[in-house]
Amino acid sequence: MKMRAALLGAVAVMGLAPAAFAERGTDGEVKLTFPQAVSIMNPYLTGGTKDIYASSMVLEPLVGLDPQGVMVPKLVTEIPTKENGGISEDMTSITWKLIPDLKWSDGTPVTADDAVFTWQYCTHPEGGCSQATKFEGIASVEAVDPQTIKVTFNGPKANPYTAFVSALSPVLQKKQFEACLGAAAPTCTDANNMPIGTGPFKVTGFTVNDTVSMAMNENYRDPAKPAFASAVIKGGGDAEGSARAVMETGEFDYAWNTQIPPDTQASMLAAGKGQFVVAFGTLVERIEMNMTDPSAELPEGERATAKHPHPILSDIKVRTALSMAIDRSVLVEVGYGAGGKPTCNVIPAPDDWASDNTACLTQDMEGAKKLLDEAGWTDSDGDGIRDKDGKKLHLLYQSTVNPIRQDFQALVKDWWTELGVEVELKAIDPGVFFGGDPGSPDTFQKFYADVEMYANNSDSPDPEVYLGQYQCKNAPSPETQWQGENINRFCNPDYDKLYAELGGVTDVAKRQEIAKKLNDMVTKDSMVVVPLVHRGTLSAHSNSLGGVQINAWDSEMWNVADWFRVK
Amino acid sequence: MLTFTLRRLLLAIPTLLVISLVIFLLVDLAPGSPMSEIPLTVPPETRQKMIEALGADQPVFVRYFLWLRQFFWVEPAYVIDHWFGTSWAEGEQRILSWQSRSPVFTIIGQRLPQTMIVIGTAYLVGILIALPIGIYSAYRQYSLFDQGGTLFAMIGFSVPTFFSGTLFIIIFAVWLGWFPTKYDTTLNVTDWDSFLKQIRQMALPVMTLGLANAATISRYMRSSMLDNMTQDYVRTARAKGMTERIVVLKHVLRNSLIPVVTVIALGIPSIFGGAIITENLFGVNGIGAALIGAIHASDLPMVQTLAFIFAVLIVLFNLIADILYGFLDPRIRYD
Amino acid sequence: MTDATPAPQTAAPPKPASAAREIWQQFRTHKGALFGLIVLSCLILFVLVGPLLWDPPQRLSDTIRMKNQGPSLKAPFGTDQLGRDMLLRMMQAGRVSLAVGLVAMTIAIVFGTLIGTLAGYFRRLDGPLMRLTDMFLALPLIPLLLVMVMLFRDRIASLIGPELGAFTLIVFAIGITSWMATARIVRGEVLTLKEREYVLAARSIGSRPNRIIRRHILPNVVSPVMVAATLGVAEAIITESVLSFLGLGFPPDFPTWGRLLYDGLQYMQVYPERVVWPGVAISLTVLSVNYIGDGLRDALDPRIRGR
Repeated sequence: MKMRAALLGAVAVMGLAPAAFAERGTDGEVKLTFPQAVSIMNPYLTGGTKDIYASSMVLEPLVGLDPQGVMVPKLVTEIPTKENGGISEDMTSITWKLIPDLKWSDGTPVTADDAVFTWQYCTHPEGGCSQATKFEGIASVEAVDPQTIKVTFNGPKANPYTAFVSALSPVLQKKQFEACLGAAAPTCTDANNMPIGTGPFKVTGFTVNDTVSMAMNENYRDPAKPAFASAVIKGGGDAEGSARAVMETGEFDYAWNTQIPPDTQASMLAAGKGQFVVAFGTLVERIEMNMTDPSAELPEGERATAKHPHPILSDIKVRTALSMAIDRSVLVEVGYGAGGKPTCNVIPAPDDWASDNTACLTQDMEGAKKLLDEAGWTDSDGDGIRDKDGKKLHLLYQSTVNPIRQDFQALVKDWWTELGVEVELKAIDPGVFFGGDPGSPDTFQKFYADVEMYANNSDSPDPEVYLGQYQCKNAPSPETQWQGENINRFCNPDYDKLYAELGGVTDVAKRQEIAKKLNDMVTKDSMVVVPLVHRGTLSAHSNSLGGVQINAWDSEMWNVADWFRVK
Repeated sequence: MLTFTLRRLLLAIPTLLVISLVIFLLVDLAPGSPMSEIPLTVPPETRQKMIEALGADQPVFVRYFLWLRQFFWVEPAYVIDHWFGTSWAEGEQRILSWQSRSPVFTIIGQRLPQTMIVIGTAYLVGILIALPIGIYSAYRQYSLFDQGGTLFAMIGFSVPTFFSGTLFIIIFAVWLGWFPTKYDTTLNVTDWDSFLKQIRQMALPVMTLGLANAATISRYMRSSMLDNMTQDYVRTARAKGMTERIVVLKHVLRNSLIPVVTVIALGIPSIFGGAIITENLFGVNGIGAALIGAIHASDLPMVQTLAFIFAVLIVLFNLIADILYGFLDPRIRYD
Repeated sequence: MTDATPAPQTAAPPKPASAAREIWQQFRTHKGALFGLIVLSCLILFVLVGPLLWDPPQRLSDTIRMKNQGPSLKAPFGTDQLGRDMLLRMMQAGRVSLAVGLVAMTIAIVFGTLIGTLAGYFRRLDGPLMRLTDMFLALPLIPLLLVMVMLFRDRIASLIGPELGAFTLIVFAIGITSWMATARIVRGEVLTLKEREYVLAARSIGSRPNRIIRRHILPNVVSPVMVAATLGVAEAIITESVLSFLGLGFPPDFPTWGRLLYDGLQYMQVYPERVVWPGVAISLTVLSVNYIGDGLRDALDPRIRGR
């Protein structure tokens, strides 16, 4: 499957998509199903992937990303670079040129003003824009002329391709959203549910958290596309039900996010109606080690803060031993099958950005035991559990409620028990775990446990923002209302220094080198983050749907204009 | 009876206000945040801004009174405006869902028909199956029919709907291919064909829910009938030479209905509340699916409004049950 | 075992020894009830003694190679996706599920009957108690449970230990959220019963309410209460599985029947036996409780007993 996805991707880049000879609107309806229903079609007011993917069929950014993470022009004539003069020599501005005669689906022309407006919309202080980071560091967006957009940064910007790049930050129509700035943003129900866009489809009907009905956009820039006259996205149910509706009953053409056990995948595949496709982004399932003491005996306000280092996990030998005892290939086999691969990196992709760190891939139980002996943890009373200075080697291992995570917990507990570690498991409702409510003891930021497992990823191929999480200042604490992304409270001045350096480097090869170093510092050098599985997103499409190129860097519907009915 | 009804209705107002406050505090206190479904890639500062834009950072009582005002003043005014073209609600903020930014009552309006049609039908089917089974099982206690009915009922309520629903999908949709697994909410019934389509897509959720409802109600019906079968008045009626039909259907049945009426009345608000699991499984966009989605997303305005409407229905139907008791058994007096 | 079965009888009046024997005599003649009693006893034996006799390999590193196997001599119920023996898991799960089901049901029934009787018999209490019932019916279940966990889990755990704490919290949570239907039904019955001739007669000779309720009212509401009890067991077992999905239940390595059923669901097509075992176990429990309830009701009914 991986091979197939890669091959398809290669074909797409060369522009040989077989839909090219189809005519617009001749292939009837394409039906998609999402396990989570679409709530809103305006990506700036939601962070939900389901909403962003659905809106990507209607709203478009200036440039998208292809399955390899390479930029492809959508509304612009070319990608601005230093060489073609699109980016100023001092890296403080970038200039985009719109394709001539571009029209919104209502027939009005797309102009640079729309992009300027989009910037104002998302940066309005009362708007609560979820993609505000995409517009960070921008001093102004101007319309030089109706076709030309100039984005000026506050200073030299190493990675200028953030605003208007990928489905996360598309261009909105000024006319439609003009009255929706700032505090008024949520009140524009019609605009938020049925935005006018430049994409291959336009919204014709929207029921909240249920169905989005779409028809082809007659004003789409390529007169031969889309092949489908209409599209519908039905939401709700679960991953298994969505997969079944494509793979077994054939009611739907495409199902996004069908994460089901490998055995069930195989049996659905046997029905012969469709296939699974998988895209690997940077999503990594990992175990995070708590560097601070989460003991309930500490007073509230000091518990799990930098004041008290973790009594067991502060020792790198213990952390290393715990990682060595894990057999990652078994985890992949049990939980993800073709939808995952073992990894030792926080940044596992794209290939140019990923470190060559593979040492953790082989399980070494004996080595791990030896390390624990060296660290002074021995089983002195013969009860099978190691201890040191009268303290038992006991760990609380928490994660969210999810069948695969519970299987992982059981397996890891088994390996660690063999090491002589006593493991207590805990599973928390994901809404509570990721909710970040400072009043709840069970959020992943509070980390009132010794180790915890979840998945995280970078939302762009360039991982600068993502790597910024592990800076000292980002540690959650009572002072920050337990907000912050440095979940482990990892703090290494060298890391912070190197990270600061990354912000000033514009040479891509140099950036990659630094990113790899940073990746190694939190993984193999310190074992603070123990990556387990590089997870792909698994989707399913019917055999009669052609042109699908699954994409982890942009919306999975990034090339929906090229989809067609196999006859 | 009338004074009783009026008194109860008046008493319902403070009761409901207290309930609404308790629900509000409960939902607010529950851990979780409207940001829990936002990917981790969105940084904390942006999250904070989004929460502020929702107004979710306001003190709890400010938000409660805002909700009260919106629910009892803005929304009715909006409806009046809509009907009579007045402009009372001009410039007023309606209750907006945090998750979708759509007015909560628009969402309810979109979803109510599905809930009523699918869940209501399932409930009706359940009652229609349950009553005869219950009556006949009791009449012929320990007969083969009774034993069969017992087994059916036991299976009906010991297997949860998430299990029976999936089983029905595999049998009737995957193997036999008779029914679709996903409910198409955009289907308009305009002619015979679309009507058939509607029936087909309703079949699986109605079966799943009907089975569960029938199982419960038939047990109460049977046990209540059994209690009354041995009463003296039954013997008297038989002694007077009445036909079995009249004895059973008129005398015993009427007196057996009290617990059954309670169960049915308790169940009717739950039609509105929807069948959370079943709706989710089959993609029926009913109220239940909306409620569970809103709870998971900590969408307080949505949860609060739905839970409150639910509370109103519960209070209302319990009152109706009480009035029905009086009709079924004239000896019951409330005043 | 026999002394454990009349548990629902806690609400029934204390009878002289001869009456108890009489009830037992009547109960014994009820074939269904006897069957129910035997099945339930077997289930309890199965989960209590079973794990002592059946000892398959439990280290996952040993079992992982035998994952997803069908029933065989080595693993009569097959193995799950991690190669764990399903028979052993069913036994371990049954301990929790049976205990939770029976105890939570008892709490709900006792509490519901108490509220229902008080509300139905004393007009003054009717209003407040029924409004309380309305409120509990109206509260959204999931936030209620989440709040309960947040407030009480750590406190209870620090008092009586994590496992017993989890058990107490689960049983309490299920009990507190499932007594309302019983209360409403019992109240409805009591409203009619208290106007019956024999109750009026008892009142006219000056019997105290306490005595009237115990001697004349309670024995006559046994029948709907028994149905509620049967439903209650099934619901409690299923609700427990819902609770564990909110992180409220036992730690994730504690299997329960409800959880096995839910976990097996996504493998239903490939390995159907995975859902059949817990499904059958829950159904058997419910069925046996139902028959015991049937027998108990007949045994408590003086008119039938006399026959």
